[in-house]
Amino acid sequence: MTFRGGVYLPEDKGRTKGLSIQNIPVPEKVIIPLSQHTGAICEPLLKVDDLVKKGQKIGEGKGLITSPVHSSISGKVIDISFQPHPLGNDIVSITIESDGKDEWVDNLKQNEDYLSVEPERLREIIKEAGIVGMGGAQFPAHIKLSPTNGNKVDYVILNGAECEPFITSDHRLMIEKSPEIIEGLKIIMRILSAKKGFIGIEKNKPDAIKAMQIADCRMRNGDKSAIEVVGLNVKYPQGSEKQLIKSVLKREVPSGKLPMDVGVVVNNVGTAYAIYNAVRYGKPLIERVVTVTGDGIKEPKNILAKIGTSFDFLIQNCGGFSGEPEKVIMGGPMMGIAQYTLKVPVIKGTSGIVVFSKNPPSSPFYKGGQGGLYQPCIRCGRCIDNCPMGIRPNLYGLYAERGMIDNASEWNVMDCIECGICSYVCPSNRPLVQFIKYLKSEVKKKNANRKR
Amino acid sequence: MPIEKDKKPEIQFLLTPSPHIKSDESVRDLMLSVIIALIPTTAVGIYFFGIPALATVFIATGTSIFFEFIYQRLTKKENTISDGSAVLTGLLLGLNLPSIFPWWGTVIGSLVAIILVKHLFGGIGYNVFNPALTARVFLLISWPIQMTTFPKPSPIFSGVDAVTEATPLTAIKTIQLSHDLTKSLDSVTNINWLDLFIGNRGGSIGEVSVIALLIGGIYLIYKRTISWHVPLSYILTTGIFSTIAHYENPTTTASPVFHLLNGGLFLGAFFMATDYVTSPITKKGMIIFGIGCGFLTVVIRQHGSYPEGVSFAILLMNMITPLIDKYVKQRRFGG
Repeated sequence: MTFRGGVYLPEDKGRTKGLSIQNIPVPEKVIIPLSQHTGAICEPLLKVDDLVKKGQKIGEGKGLITSPVHSSISGKVIDISFQPHPLGNDIVSITIESDGKDEWVDNLKQNEDYLSVEPERLREIIKEAGIVGMGGAQFPAHIKLSPTNGNKVDYVILNGAECEPFITSDHRLMIEKSPEIIEGLKIIMRILSAKKGFIGIEKNKPDAIKAMQIADCRMRNGDKSAIEVVGLNVKYPQGSEKQLIKSVLKREVPSGKLPMDVGVVVNNVGTAYAIYNAVRYGKPLIERVVTVTGDGIKEPKNILAKIGTSFDFLIQNCGGFSGEPEKVIMGGPMMGIAQYTLKVPVIKGTSGIVVFSKNPPSSPFYKGGQGGLYQPCIRCGRCIDNCPMGIRPNLYGLYAERGMIDNASEWNVMDCIECGICSYVCPSNRPLVQFIKYLKSEVKKKNANRKR
Repeated sequence: MPIEKDKKPEIQFLLTPSPHIKSDESVRDLMLSVIIALIPTTAVGIYFFGIPALATVFIATGTSIFFEFIYQRLTKKENTISDGSAVLTGLLLGLNLPSIFPWWGTVIGSLVAIILVKHLFGGIGYNVFNPALTARVFLLISWPIQMTTFPKPSPIFSGVDAVTEATPLTAIKTIQLSHDLTKSLDSVTNINWLDLFIGNRGGSIGEVSVIALLIGGIYLIYKRTISWHVPLSYILTTGIFSTIAHYENPTTTASPVFHLLNGGLFLGAFFMATDYVTSPITKKGMIIFGIGCGFLTVVIRQHGSYPEGVSFAILLMNMITPLIDKYVKQRRFGG
């Protein structure tokens, strides 16, 4: 149950892995960005001063690849403008002031017999609920569940690897919402008419593995199960889509292809849970579990947070900062994004907020301010030995320094999944992921120019 | 009512790209672990060859640091002595010299290694050839007599004055070149293997003790500073080809065990051929590199005019390392 390459990282999950998911008070306002997905940005459906209910659709995009957004509280629209977004750029966002009632919209369509609904209708429900990949990529779920090019999907894998250090949101969800996740998986399998479903969980979460197995046993009432819970080796990046498929099924997604091309669809466990809620109760995706942790947080927690809640509000609900904060990251420390302000909201792909404090250093592995200083490559080969994609990060560093875009492209720089291992292991402290991101954007530019 | 736009963010957070954690290993740690791995062989060398050995190692290391300092001062480059690579180059150079090598020669060796081979090629990471090894070969060609005059090992506390002797490999080469088959090889290869193993033979300071080199090499592999690929393929290939040579011509070639335990094979295989900068970067490439080194070592020992071929073999393979790296690729995921 493993793949080639990868590293063992310090887990640092101890702060929150034993803590149940907590509810927090309704925030006074939420800021809901109109882009929380890959694809076309949504247009606002409301004007300032309009009243909204919880679960009401407030933004919708045009085109095929897009996903609507919904209000996560009831209240009044007070602003529609560009606001800081945790992924970096400012994005048009709808700010809603709470009326304190937290009222749902009236017409939530419940459905007890959800497993007999037609796949086409299920996809429609998922699309309308604004469900996107909740592992971080935020790709619209209904598109992922629509096989293209006549691909037949044999297997569905739910991703419960959660290989990023610090983050425990999927871990807790699997323990506390295991039946719902299993039902969500069944819905996905029905949509794709897949013959088998897997739930891949790293072995460092035995309680989650057990909870999922028990839930599966209970719900099939002695029937033969089409679902299997798979314990995966604890190794980063086990939760990467391609590596997960390799570990579970020994199938390798060819370079430049999608999992669907090898008959597999992977979804995050959180996505499956959201799909269940949408199909069974008609609830759109308006909240998610967020792990707020790190040594810069006084009381680390797993919080059920409404989309649009500011980081500031979440951190206040965790007792505030402990010590002087140095860095605030959305997501895990390997692939997460450092934030410049706490005003940014929780979005659909926010699995966690990790805060590192200045003093004392959080873990021996955290090297805050060293980003800028690096030395020449000494060709130790660590980046190559540990690269899960079997490519050559050291070369990309040299090519980026010299602007040799074509060479990088010849050496398959586009295969890189930006997992961060090369930068992590480099004894010369070279920012290899950054070099690679630069090269990839240059290659894309060049290809676009060539087409024109 | 628009939301008030704050003028300044509340706290200045550190903004760096992912990943936000970093493994604890630095270049300095890697160099340090190689230096630690060289302690046993340095100690044995000093034990057998006494104060001159200590002095040679000391001069080589000291002047290497000095030349790095001077070069970087003159060219106004950032000082990199603290990464430990100059210390390691100096130490390796010292271990590659006979203990009674003249001090000025050692200084010239350091100059060649640090300035000519390392810094003129661009400094750490950019040199094509192994600096210490190139310096050794430079000295060997320039001062062949001094570089091949080895004192007989006399334990440091024995009080016996040093007497020079030919190394076993040199003795064999002399017989081979003289075509004097009346002198049996046995007369020179008849050395106690235990002596060869612990290092009680003539040779460079750091190459004599196979056991000390093995301890250091295994430590490096255990610490994952180096991988087994180069040393193992190098030593095995040397063993295989010297076996072939021995059985083809048993009267003029020594046994494979003799070949393995003599000369600088273990020092070369564990500490010189594994140099990151000048050896291939992929595991497959490392094995090809090791096989090439082993083959060339035996060919030079058998057919060359020099008794020892380890240094030449590694330098020749250093030369084709870029080629190996270009054409030998590791398996690509989904490729």
